[in-house]
Amino acid sequence: MIVIIDYGVGNLFSLRSSFESLGADVVVSDDEEVIARADKIILPGVGAFGDAIAKLRSAGLDKVVIREVKKGKKLLGICLGMQLLFEKSFEYGEWEGLGLLRGTVVPMQGSIPSELMIPHIGWNALIKKREHPLLAGVSAGDCVYFVHSFYAEGCEDSLIATAEYGKELTAMVAKDNVAGAQFHPEKSSSVGLSILKAFIDW
Amino acid sequence: MITKRIIPCLDVKDGRVVKGVNFAGLNDVSSPERLSEFYSACGADELVFYDITASAEGRALFTDILTKVARTVFIPLTVGGGINTVDDFDRVLKCGADKVSVNSGAIRNPELISEAARKYGNQCVVISADIKRVDGDFRVFAKGGRVDTGMSAIPWIKECVDRGAGEVVVNSIDTDGAKSGFDIELLRLVRSAVKVPVIASGGAGSVKHFIDLFKEIPDIDAGLAASVFHFGEIKIPDLKRALKENGITVRM
Repeated sequence: MIVIIDYGVGNLFSLRSSFESLGADVVVSDDEEVIARADKIILPGVGAFGDAIAKLRSAGLDKVVIREVKKGKKLLGICLGMQLLFEKSFEYGEWEGLGLLRGTVVPMQGSIPSELMIPHIGWNALIKKREHPLLAGVSAGDCVYFVHSFYAEGCEDSLIATAEYGKELTAMVAKDNVAGAQFHPEKSSSVGLSILKAFIDW
Repeated sequence: MITKRIIPCLDVKDGRVVKGVNFAGLNDVSSPERLSEFYSACGADELVFYDITASAEGRALFTDILTKVARTVFIPLTVGGGINTVDDFDRVLKCGADKVSVNSGAIRNPELISEAARKYGNQCVVISADIKRVDGDFRVFAKGGRVDTGMSAIPWIKECVDRGAGEVVVNSIDTDGAKSGFDIELLRLVRSAVKVPVIASGGAGSVKHFIDLFKEIPDIDAGLAASVFHFGEIKIPDLKRALKENGITVRM
């Protein structure tokens, strides 16, 4: 069973639907026991880093996630959920992340050419940096759907894919049993579904 | 690089897809669910649904349909029509919409944009503007293009973006349904006025019109059309191939 952690950030309808369409046994929950029972964890998230990490902490779910991951349970963070996995974010302030991956989250503003629009929104091609089971169904030039204004850097040890937007932005990370996607696989058509399917089988 | 988006638009009334020609004379085309799956499979980058139903029963039917679509179609979905309050945002976002498009509701109450952007983020709020030339000015029209608001288009769009709209759909009433090409003059003005994605709507009649759009205004983000896609006059795979051959970056 895969649990999508519900901590009051964003809309989980499409994410749940995408797993259901792949035939996965999926539940949306904020219940510690359900999370403990699950085989795999999805950490979703949209919105601001500061709000999200505060909500996760106030529900006590940060500790639950860290504990389950330390047991070896596989986790995929999506969009802001991926950003939460890093050590720190500099999104409107300075925030401690879950520290499950090495790296920090920084604004695109100032680090990509000023003529490019922020947020980075739309379909962009994945550039594979390392082979990884989650990318088994992804071919060169395959596009996925991004919506974000901040990106992770300093995460070379986990980086498996980037996307070109003025510079190569972190698109996907994976190290040991922890993975993350900056884009929305649940909105990325067959390419996104192939990544979710690979997570189910991972 | 980010790709140019091709967006079919589905006007839904009483559970069926319809498309107006110059906003009048509606024709029944097909089932929203089937059409959505078809478009997703053939490479549409996003879908826009406009709920043009007035009745409460029709509105409930629309959200049922949206829910069904969002269970099987995994590309971004934008929903508009009858969005007057933040509760309306909530209603369609719960059914799987990713972005919500506001038009008359924002004209009546511009604060709606600010409130929704604060609650759901700028990326979620799309301002859709129906624009027509009147006395040498570009004017904003409300109520599905029927009512001249007297407002100039560019200041209005700028205000919406300042309030937090993350994307602009520019629908030219002058070119809509005429199939003689997008309104390049108007689109160029809007493009240079704001720094958020701009989606061109109204006037596409051929593959060449899309090529012209992206060549004439390289910074335009997307082209939207309805009937030419619904009636198969333009097939999305052919369109994307032609765009690619013309050096325009698209998702294949």
